[in-house]
Amino acid sequence: MKAIKLLVSTACFMGMAASTHAEEPATLSIEGQAFTIQASAPAHTENLDEVTSGWIYRTKETRALQLDDFDNPGFVFVDKAIDLWNEVDGSEDKSCASCHENVEDFAGLRTTLPRAEDGELVTMEDLVNECRTEQMGAEPWKYSGGKMTGMTALIGLQSRGMLMNVAIDGEAAAFWEKGKELYYTRVGQLDMSCSNCHEDNYDTMIRADHLSQGQTNGFPTYRLKNAKLNSTHARFKGCMKNIRAQPYKVGGDEFKSLELYIASRGQGLSVETPSVRN
Amino acid sequence: MRIIGISIAVAGLLASPLAAEPVAPNDVNYEDGVVLASLTGVAGDPVNGRDVFKNRKLGNCLACHVNAEMPEESFHGEVGPELTGVADRWEQQELRAIVANSKMVFDGTIMPAFYQDTGYERPLKDFDGKSILTAQQVEDVIAYLQTLKE
Ligand code: HEC
Ligand code: HEC
Ligand code: HEC
Repeated sequence: MKAIKLLVSTACFMGMAASTHAEEPATLSIEGQAFTIQASAPAHTENLDEVTSGWIYRTKETRALQLDDFDNPGFVFVDKAIDLWNEVDGSEDKSCASCHENVEDFAGLRTTLPRAEDGELVTMEDLVNECRTEQMGAEPWKYSGGKMTGMTALIGLQSRGMLMNVAIDGEAAAFWEKGKELYYTRVGQLDMSCSNCHEDNYDTMIRADHLSQGQTNGFPTYRLKNAKLNSTHARFKGCMKNIRAQPYKVGGDEFKSLELYIASRGQGLSVETPSVRN
Repeated sequence: MRIIGISIAVAGLLASPLAAEPVAPNDVNYEDGVVLASLTGVAGDPVNGRDVFKNRKLGNCLACHVNAEMPEESFHGEVGPELTGVADRWEQQELRAIVANSKMVFDGTIMPAFYQDTGYERPLKDFDGKSILTAQQVEDVIAYLQTLKE
């Protein structure tokens, strides 16, 4: 981590700031598969030159936990989700497996979510709950609850290593604009926007925390802090409460739009689900 | 403890019956990056100011500023400039403006306004209509900052 900062400042000192990224030493490879943790920023992310995975900014110890699925505590919850996948529930006496032969068939899905459909923005959680209520006749799962985060991790895992690639044009454009506006709006008693920390000050220490770009390519994320998988919206909510702002509704339109916008800022980064953070 | 605290407070009131109410956040007069008058008329207490500076629920200034005078604290943030020797760079009345509402001094800054109780959106209920610090806590922090000389 420090390596990034050290390298950058040395390079600036020597008047060759432009060549620092090539020397970037941190690489992420899991079970022999290489991940893209640093990429040139997409054109629609005007204020960044490069996009970087949050993994880069964690301590050596935290980063190590993501290198091996056996060490990654997120997999305990993925394993539980495999049981859920096969568990019959609801009035139709069906399990996910009754209709979806292989969870592997969801490869690639995670990279494209959230997506606009019939005038609505749809997240992975929405898709899962739609199957539960419409196909199984079962109760929807709580948006950020344990069953849901386990299942979205299991489905997201099928896209691990693939590059984030959400659509932001056509029907999605209006949601994307809304998300962008939210990203740059100051809120809370501390009067800060997401961009104040994650765009203006990433790769900087804020007390004990090394600020990242606040990317979502690793969600759901296993956090050491609460020892469970955390949904994207739960993380957004936490950041808002830290600046003493009333969070938007988990699963609501504002957070979904913000999720689309931030996903688009991570365009080109590998899916890391389930990632490990502090 | 309790009783003593109360009697001191009462004694304080009696001793200075003319002591004014603190200046309300919206009445603070910012002129060219300075606030001339004390917000309370009571001298700041640098010892309490030091606590306000590091306390995560109060100033939490250490979240963003390195401060060489607090080596016992393990984590110093780097979002803003180091405050080591800050009293050599800024006068008391400038520091008052910076702490009370840094946006009056640094355009578009990330540094929160510590003495503003309106003008922000969607505050959590518990904080609605309140400033992060009280007027006296602001004066205490300023008194502490004034001890940071190189
Ligand atoms: C009764 C059959 C049935 C059951 C049971 C069922 N699904 Fe579905 N699921 C479908 C159908 C049909 C679709 C729509 C397929 C399409 O549009 O390609 C779908 C779509 C999905 C999608 C979106 C796929 C995409 O590419 O857009 C996800 C994710 C999903 N299901 C997950 C689940 C999960 C998790 C469960 C168990 C909790 C489950 N499903 C249970 C029939 C079912
Ligand atoms: C006061 C600074 C601050 C603000 C403002 C802030 N965050 Fe964060 N955020 C953090 C810190 C600290 C972390 C944990 C370290 C890191 O990854 O940056 C974090 C982490 C995150 C993460 C997890 C990144 C990962 O790799 O797992 C996301 C996503 C995120 N923030 C989104 C947001 C959004 C959306 C907003 C605006 C609603 C926001 N943040 C506002 C400080 C902030
Ligand atoms: C969220 C981060 C943040 C917090 C919290 C914060 N500051 Fe700042 N502060 C800054 C930044 C950034 C600057 C530089 C001004 C700018 O934005 O250009 C600054 C500038 C200053 C300056 C001027 C320093 C100089 O040498 O020019 C002083 C004094 C100061 N802050 C005091 C404080 C005090 C006292 C507190 C706590 C009550 C505090 N700050 C809390 C971010 C912060």
